[in-house]
Amino acid sequence: MTRITLDRIAHSYGDNPRTEADYQLKPLQHVWEQGSAYALLGPSGCGKTTLLNVISGLVIPSEGRLLFDDVDVTHLPTEQRNIAQVFQFPVIYDTMTVAENLAFPLKNRRLPRLVIDKRVAEIAKMLDLTADLGRPARGLSADAKQKISLGRGLVRSDVSAVLFDEPLTVIDPALKWELRSKLKAVHRAFDLLMIYVTHDQIEALTFADKVVVMNDGRAVQIGAPAELFYRPEHTFVGYFIGSPGMNFMPAQVDAKRARVGSHEFDLGADYTDLPKNRSIQVGVRPEFVTLTSGPGLPVQVRRIADLGRKRLAYVNLGDHPIIASVPHEMESVGDTANISIDPANTHVYVADVRQQGAPV
Amino acid sequence: MTDKPVNNRAWFFVLPVLGFVLFSSIIPTMTVVNYSVQDTLGANSFFWNGDQWFRDLLNPATAIGARFNDALFRTLAFSLVCLLIEVPFGIAIALCAPRKGWAVGISLVVVALPMLIPWNVVGTIWQIFTRADIGLFGAALTGMGLHYNVTQEPISAWTTIVVIDVWHWTPLVILLSYAGLRAIPDAYYQAARIDGASRWAVFSKIELPKLQKVLVIAVLLRFMQTFMIYTEPFVVTGGGPGSATTFLSIDLDKIALGQVDLGNAAAMSLVYNLITLTVCWVFFTIMTQLERRRDA
Amino acid sequence: MTFVLNHVGLEVSGVRVIDDICLALEPGSLNILLGPTLAGKTTIMRLMAGLDAPTSGRILLDGNDVTGLPVRKRSVAMVYQQFVNYPSLNIYENIASPLRVVGLTKSEVDARVREAARVLRLENLLERMPAQLSGGQQQRTAIARALVKRAGLVLLDEPLANLDYKLREDLREELPRIFSRTGAILVYATTEPSEALLLGGATITLREGRVTQAGPTSHVYRDPANIDAARVFSDPPLNELAVTKRGAAVVDAKGRPLAQADVLSEAPDGAYRLAFRADAASLAPAGNDRMTFPGKVVVTEISGSESFVHVDVGVGTWVCLVPGVHERTPEQEVVVHVDAARVLAFDAKGQRVGATASAPAPADVNPGEKR
Repeated sequence: MTRITLDRIAHSYGDNPRTEADYQLKPLQHVWEQGSAYALLGPSGCGKTTLLNVISGLVIPSEGRLLFDDVDVTHLPTEQRNIAQVFQFPVIYDTMTVAENLAFPLKNRRLPRLVIDKRVAEIAKMLDLTADLGRPARGLSADAKQKISLGRGLVRSDVSAVLFDEPLTVIDPALKWELRSKLKAVHRAFDLLMIYVTHDQIEALTFADKVVVMNDGRAVQIGAPAELFYRPEHTFVGYFIGSPGMNFMPAQVDAKRARVGSHEFDLGADYTDLPKNRSIQVGVRPEFVTLTSGPGLPVQVRRIADLGRKRLAYVNLGDHPIIASVPHEMESVGDTANISIDPANTHVYVADVRQQGAPV
Repeated sequence: MTDKPVNNRAWFFVLPVLGFVLFSSIIPTMTVVNYSVQDTLGANSFFWNGDQWFRDLLNPATAIGARFNDALFRTLAFSLVCLLIEVPFGIAIALCAPRKGWAVGISLVVVALPMLIPWNVVGTIWQIFTRADIGLFGAALTGMGLHYNVTQEPISAWTTIVVIDVWHWTPLVILLSYAGLRAIPDAYYQAARIDGASRWAVFSKIELPKLQKVLVIAVLLRFMQTFMIYTEPFVVTGGGPGSATTFLSIDLDKIALGQVDLGNAAAMSLVYNLITLTVCWVFFTIMTQLERRRDA
Repeated sequence: MTFVLNHVGLEVSGVRVIDDICLALEPGSLNILLGPTLAGKTTIMRLMAGLDAPTSGRILLDGNDVTGLPVRKRSVAMVYQQFVNYPSLNIYENIASPLRVVGLTKSEVDARVREAARVLRLENLLERMPAQLSGGQQQRTAIARALVKRAGLVLLDEPLANLDYKLREDLREELPRIFSRTGAILVYATTEPSEALLLGGATITLREGRVTQAGPTSHVYRDPANIDAARVFSDPPLNELAVTKRGAAVVDAKGRPLAQADVLSEAPDGAYRLAFRADAASLAPAGNDRMTFPGKVVVTEISGSESFVHVDVGVGTWVCLVPGVHERTPEQEVVVHVDAARVLAFDAKGQRVGATASAPAPADVNPGEKR
């Protein structure tokens, strides 16, 4: 199996969808390749779980086709799709040992004993479960149980895709670091197509090669973590990725200059032919707005938050609240200050969509 | 959350219950204890008899001891047969019951219907139902050439009582199992499908282990009820033919009210009570052990 | 009112759950209980509220002993991790519910509810039912209900833990502003160091039912008194290195000498543990006074605005901060540059060595930072 094709997949839970708003999942066209890890990221109710259920076979999409390679599987039941899934809460078989749990999917497919033992040992080693193999699965802690579920999802080497449905929900925050790295190591070790659903940006950005950011049933951007950070194609991506999210200011744009209130600054590109009569916003991440003792745009400082490894300044540029970074070497900050905005990382959005400016 | 204010005056609210329990169970029990250690020559004159009633009762060589042994064996056999039929049967029906849609309500009400009928009405219904002349059940079996007669054939009588109990109380097992099955998250079934598990594997590896706790409760309830069965044999067979369906409760009734043998009856009811309590304790221990194993 | 815990301990079936806690909290102060799950945060809050009585020690309120006093008779409000609201009452009635039992006039109740709703930005939602609100709005309602009582002691037990991270960010920003108006003693439990830093105030770090350090939040963060306090106050986890000092030389577990280990220059010979946070370690040379360690990349974690590169340096795996979003190839050879000025040293017992400012002993702390 090499790839999954979403051919204009759309879904509505109602019976007769008329307008676009009736669709909980708006038409989506994409191809997912083997060996890559994808994350579906978005707030609750954004349609990411619906999309996962379409792929696993729990939901039959109201429109479009789902292809595994060139085979149409849109209407096939889960068990005929050759996928594995890890759920939000650990699913283990109470009466079995850890080893039996891991071997279960292989045993059901009547693989030879030697093959099963070898594969189970391999997976157990990967997930640090070797010492627990003989123990009953029932008595283990939540994170060990979730590792077993994870192992059962990965134990078959012939699956088309492994689906992860918010698998770290029940894990203690202190252990999440470890399991996240484990997942990433698993992704590197096995040549599988992995799809990971989460509302947590750290999990999505750490795990995935490509992140599908979803909002309101729509995939607003599909891209590598760095693309989502440096070039958000939609204002929602700017807001949702990054802590804190991107600053947006309503602005007037005239070619290479932007004007916010009575303040003007440079843009990194030339935006001459912007559509008329639509709302225009300038977006720049807090990392690229820095307080400076030199010349810059004057702002009122509302509050400085010391986050230990960095300091953030909550300031007003005219009437517009923005968040800026405070450089390490700056000792104290008064009630007013100057900011400098990095033109190369400043973007222009018309009706929430990023515009491509002409290089200067 | 256990955010409850502490107020010692709250103990006063318990007083009425204490009074009620005193009159409803402690005083009557003490009366029985009183009878069990005395003998009477009639005319309301009682004298101390020590533990003689208990010795007789527990010695199979005596007449009362043999009688008690037989009744106890009969009762245990009856409980065992009922459990062996009702538990697997109840689970099987619960597995077949619909899980969603309009059929859920209807099927649950239909299943629960027998439980809503009072014991003596159940007895009366079946007494008529099993009559060889006018009863549908009895007439049908006789028509098929079977020797079916509740008042004369011990096997007929036994089968009838068992069938009544199964009909009356399997619904309880069904409802408990059904609730237990509904409590299993969908993810388990989905995972099993993805893991390629067979229907039997889903039952033995997921459903049965998850039903464990519910089933212990079902077995306990059903054991207690069958062990104390009274009304059905009293109405349908009267403990006969001979003493074929004379279970402990029926026998006790015969000794106490039929023969007015108060000493023997008192000793017997106390031993009966102790057996019941012991079984309860055993089940309770099993349940807490299961709980602990789950938490470990 | 000043709230004092004096050598408070709690034993549950022979196990010491809370061990000899001494705290003095001032009105208007924000006190953060920081510790991992099961560190005893909730248990301490229950003792403070009067839901449980301590088995040793005393609890004093303005000098009066209130140790055994039940919760009903104390002026306490509590906000839980779960959104606890009355599902059948609208938001107005939910906020008003604690006032209904104290017998205020209708106009007084109305004034207080509207004030609390304004502070928590719920004015437009007062007619709605809890089920119609988002998680963030529901939790704001619960906070409003706690504040409207004007209790002297407000306890918040991980109030943001069940929210999506974006909602959490929004509320974290608002909470200091909301808290600063109450004048009550606020106690806020959290597992997250970043939350403690954003809220400010004073922080009490906990480990296994013991206070490991207490003081102004930024002070505890920058000057941990012992390794337990430093570990609890580090996310990603603290980077640690076991070393031995012999004369002027400091060597690691593999016997390699360390340059720039100035932090141990005054310390006697012996075994020590050097520790530093991810932001003191970088993968590029920057500034002076850097210790360097060769290693191999294990994995890169991306938090959205920052990347954390886990590097295997032979004596353990360390986490290094890289600003922005940068993926490093696993197995890649890198050099970790550690800012020597930000390295902390701890002795064999875990106590801080060579601290710039001595941290106050737990017995006579006064973590309440007056505003």
